[in-house]
Amino acid sequence: MRYIITVLVQNHYGVLSKVSGLIARRGFNIESLAVGVTENPDISRMTIVTDCDENGIEQVEKQLNKLIPTIKVKVLEAGAYIARELTMVKVSCNAKTRPEIMDLAEIMRARIIDVTATSMTLELTDTNTRTENFIALLKPFGIKELVRTGISAIELGANTTKK
Amino acid sequence: MTGAQIVLECLKKEGVSVIFGYPGATIAPFYDALVCDGSIRHVLVRQEQNAGHAASGYSRASGEVGVCCTTSGPGATNLITGLATAYMDSIPMVALTGQVRSDLLGRDVFQEADITGACEPFTKHSYLATDTQELPTIIKEAFHIASTGRPGPVLIDLPQDTLEREFEGEFVYPDSVDIIGYKPRTKGHTLQIKRAVEAIAQAKCPVICAGGGVVSAQSRRELLRFAEKLDIPVVSTLMGVGMMPTEHPLYMGMLGTHGIYSANYAIHHADLVILCGARVGDRAMSKPDQIAGKAQIIHIDIDPAEIGKNMKADIPIVGDIKNVLKNITEKSEELKHTEWVTDLQQRKAEHTPVFTSIPGQVDPRNFMRTLSEMVSKRSKAILVADVGENQIWSANNFAFRGGRFLTSGGLGTMGYSLGAAIGAKLAKPARQVFAVCGDGSFQMMMCELATAKQHDIPVKVVIMENNRLGMVRELQDKLYGGRYSGVMLDGSPDFVKLAQAYGIPAEAISEDADVESAIDRMISSERPYVLVCKVAAEIPSRQED
Repeated sequence: MRYIITVLVQNHYGVLSKVSGLIARRGFNIESLAVGVTENPDISRMTIVTDCDENGIEQVEKQLNKLIPTIKVKVLEAGAYIARELTMVKVSCNAKTRPEIMDLAEIMRARIIDVTATSMTLELTDTNTRTENFIALLKPFGIKELVRTGISAIELGANTTKK
Repeated sequence: MTGAQIVLECLKKEGVSVIFGYPGATIAPFYDALVCDGSIRHVLVRQEQNAGHAASGYSRASGEVGVCCTTSGPGATNLITGLATAYMDSIPMVALTGQVRSDLLGRDVFQEADITGACEPFTKHSYLATDTQELPTIIKEAFHIASTGRPGPVLIDLPQDTLEREFEGEFVYPDSVDIIGYKPRTKGHTLQIKRAVEAIAQAKCPVICAGGGVVSAQSRRELLRFAEKLDIPVVSTLMGVGMMPTEHPLYMGMLGTHGIYSANYAIHHADLVILCGARVGDRAMSKPDQIAGKAQIIHIDIDPAEIGKNMKADIPIVGDIKNVLKNITEKSEELKHTEWVTDLQQRKAEHTPVFTSIPGQVDPRNFMRTLSEMVSKRSKAILVADVGENQIWSANNFAFRGGRFLTSGGLGTMGYSLGAAIGAKLAKPARQVFAVCGDGSFQMMMCELATAKQHDIPVKVVIMENNRLGMVRELQDKLYGGRYSGVMLDGSPDFVKLAQAYGIPAEAISEDADVESAIDRMISSERPYVLVCKVAAEIPSRQED
């Protein structure tokens, strides 16, 4: 099953390598990992997406908790969060395909952020499923480069992940 | 004061009286502070790995945090095995490593190694101390982290400029630490303890499995009271050996691949298994599902991540073993499991083999039995076993009556014993300390004879010499059709002459009949001593085949 874990860590030198190293050596499979500072500059938040079974996710949670710089680990409950991912795609285009791509961008609510005679760069912030769909639709035009941030997630409602 | 002096002052505040180490250029400022101050003893080892093992032995024997120290680069990388060994056995240690000046970090200068990076998987926590002002906080935190919760080694990497820079302001050592994400739980959950008490009251064939956590929590007495009041047989993992007196009627021996029949029978026929600080390693329980299929499992551990890692637990209790066992014992009525205990006792008696002496060789199992008989009368001995057949012979045949068994149980590091014995002897000078090793493991650490000699640390080294890497040879017998590959130790020196070259008294024996008098001479000697036992290659590690 696919799980989203949100981890609050001390915003210190080397913490990212401690977390990613732990995940790698314990054999956990990561789909994505996104890091950024929180409202408190001393604390960073990592959003980790992993695919594992129930036993596995319990171990991920416990092992992450063991790291000294870890402040809080929370496995987000299915349906109780909003998850988004930022994607930037550079696609090949010419005079004929440009309007088609613009159409697609409009339908998918993507923004066009750069244009040249032979390429267009689009930006999309959306759910994982819609992002995959978007990429599939662009594929026939020729994807020159694809950049994804990985998923960030926040809990629904007034709940927060805090220490 | 310089950073180096600050480090030294902090160590003194922590009550450190001895450091095992090896100097070099980047750590030189600290060594200068050490010699100028003169209040902390420095024991120069002959290879950095053994500084780690010595700190480990010191820590295990004293219950305090062991401290070791090396220079940057190769000094630090040599130490890694020492740290990894301590990490796997949850030994509280603080390691100081020198590092190149912080403005040179990452440039691959002479003797630079990213040691905090390299040790990430082998340390409980690590620091790269680039700010002299932060040293007191870092050292306070390091000792706290190493010794609380599930203990483990903590590494502090000290760039040379951090040590050389002047500390600004007045030096104040912090009274307390506050690490936002580190608050280990020591008291067991009341509800789970209640559930455990009920489960134990209902069980017909309960068994306690004592692991290294019992040792870390210094809960030998609590374990004994718990087992006796509730009349529950005890088996131990390799790391838990020595916690229950070996000859106690409730003790059924060490379990696992190299354990004894009664212990394995007990764990496989129990209807309730109480795991106490045991991580269910594969050597102890190769098929945990089989055990859990038949029995209810109560798992007590201070590390929540151990519960459910290798075996499902019906009643998980996160907490300090000492507290939890005391709690359960107090809340339980006295119990009797006479039929179950008697059955196990009979099985243990029936499966205690007698090893017949063979002329021209010492039976290492008989040797260990005789040694334990002879030392228990004198002091609570500390036995450090190395890794290989010697480890199993020691664990299964030395009877503990209040002494201690130290060995590299988790990582299985050959060459552990001499360094660890040196550390243990310094921690407990009044006790007899033995390092039992094979001729393979001895040759990994024999340089440390010089350390024992130089610092006059009277450890007793017993070498089981069979001219083979016996444990691997057994494996090749069993799984590789007896095709021995790389296990012959031809070319080994005469160990007696070698010891004598160091000025250390030594002798060799090759008859069971000579064992007693040889041990007597070894124990009576007030100096370091080497006793070589000529052992037949055919003697297996297991008690019974």
